[in-house]
Amino acid sequence: MSSESKKNIDLSVRLGRITLKNPVLVASGTFGYGEEYAELINLNELGGIMVKAVTLEPREGNPPPRLAETPAGLLNAIGLENPGVEVFLKEKLPFLRGFQTAIIVNIAGEKEEEYLRLAERLNQAKGISALEVNISCPNIKEKGLIFGTDPEQTFSLVKKLGEITDIPLIVKLTPNVTDITKIAQASQEAGAEALSLINTVLGMSIDVETRKPKLWNITGGLSGPAIRPIAVRMMWQTSQKVNLPLIGMGGITDAEDALEFILAGASAVAIGTANFIDPKTALEVIEGIKQYMQVKGIKNFKDLIGWLK
Amino acid sequence: MPQIKAKIILNKKIIPEHYKICLDAPKIAGEAKPGQFVHIRVREGYDPLLRRPFSIHKSQGEKIEILYKVVGKGTQLLSRKKIGKKIDILGPLGQGFKVNPGLEKVILVAGGIGVAPLYFLAERLAGYTHWKVEKGSKRQSIINDSSINKNQLDILVLLGAETKKKILCLEDFKNLNVKIEIATEDGSEGFKGLVSDLFFQLLSKESQVNLVCACGPALMLERIAELSFRYKIPCQVSLEQRMGCGIGACLGCTIKGQTGYLRVCRDGPVFEADEIQWNEI
Repeated sequence: MSSESKKNIDLSVRLGRITLKNPVLVASGTFGYGEEYAELINLNELGGIMVKAVTLEPREGNPPPRLAETPAGLLNAIGLENPGVEVFLKEKLPFLRGFQTAIIVNIAGEKEEEYLRLAERLNQAKGISALEVNISCPNIKEKGLIFGTDPEQTFSLVKKLGEITDIPLIVKLTPNVTDITKIAQASQEAGAEALSLINTVLGMSIDVETRKPKLWNITGGLSGPAIRPIAVRMMWQTSQKVNLPLIGMGGITDAEDALEFILAGASAVAIGTANFIDPKTALEVIEGIKQYMQVKGIKNFKDLIGWLK
Repeated sequence: MPQIKAKIILNKKIIPEHYKICLDAPKIAGEAKPGQFVHIRVREGYDPLLRRPFSIHKSQGEKIEILYKVVGKGTQLLSRKKIGKKIDILGPLGQGFKVNPGLEKVILVAGGIGVAPLYFLAERLAGYTHWKVEKGSKRQSIINDSSINKNQLDILVLLGAETKKKILCLEDFKNLNVKIEIATEDGSEGFKGLVSDLFFQLLSKESQVNLVCACGPALMLERIAELSFRYKIPCQVSLEQRMGCGIGACLGCTIKGQTGYLRVCRDGPVFEADEIQWNEI
């Protein structure tokens, strides 16, 4: 393919008020605050970085073991280890601001009040493209998951957040519900700018030699190619029910995987666990999408979104 | 930390379950320091999903060597890799052993496959090294330099194995002209018992030991750390933990330190023994 024809391909995409130069992001929790991966790839080429969850106060996280590998999957129970919002603002955000890519800050908490104070604090900072509201972490003992499994609590939280901050809100949905579209609709009604889905699938693995769970936390969140069909199905269902831009994630390892989500309704995708396997994955997905569009004669990326409808 | 496709030059069994793999990896060999590791993708595809971390055993010229034991699916796949094929490796990663100038006597304690990074350390200590002062660091890294007097450092290597047939790297250490003591659990060679017991016995005889560096099973390391503390000798240990990314981003491989969780991949795998909360390991 000539580089000239690739240049004509427009990969930019808008998610409400958020503009991305291309639709490929890296998923929260798999990319830290960008520092480590900056040594391996050019972060300026990414559509955006969804940084590791930040909480109001520092969190130590769970005791080890925090990881267990399963066939084509990874169970984790990190427990939202992070240095807290003040350290994030002082030590992590300035580094991230140096890159020409969208910075999306994942926020998490145990109580509504924590989310609100966090959003208030981040609202004063410069260089944040959006907040990703993590109402779906399966690995904290407290109430993080409850927001994400209850439409009314989701509505209430997102509504109040919208009153506190001007920063666009992306709500991250959990697959660990009977009907993900109910939470998606509640988020839409509350004023979310976009939705990201899916967070990890609640799972468990046992070591039969020691007869103990493989994770200290007993249960953990499953990610990786093993969950991709679940995520694609939920993307499809959600795109039928809401009008918001959707960000697809769950086991994407290459452009073909990413395109499945896009055809099912995603306006953008995020690479998660695959970053651990090959740090170049996100950049290869961008190239692969371009190549696909070139071969299929599609000039505008937007034409691909939700093709299946 | 380059990510490269490295050609396999050699991959052979040396004793039952134990293999050596030699890789053509100029960028990594040039940067590698004793105690650092490489993160290897043992196969294309997604089962096993994650890379596997291995200590660098030797780094010579443009080649690195890894000494590994087959313990599961990942290492089994690695052991079947053919010469001439390429594998995807990331490295060198993590913090290696750090030593101060002016050392006189060092004891290296290896338990089983834990010998892998200690050979690399011994080789650099034994005469091909001098001490490089890193800016902003109170400790120094070992770099390759032949401008040093080979005889100024007294190195004692303790090799622990289950039985005589499982002693690793003995010839390699002999070629370095270092002192060697062996412990086997069944007494088929050297001291009968655990290498940590041999270490204890020697500590009462050896004086002026400046540094202990150890790698092996967690229980052994805890014992070595405790004994070193008792005899007031600085001790560094190389730890092992299941890893995700291998570069410090995922926080999957943490262990409890005195001031909170430490990332084995980024803050380690070599730690000062007193940084670790041993009762939580």
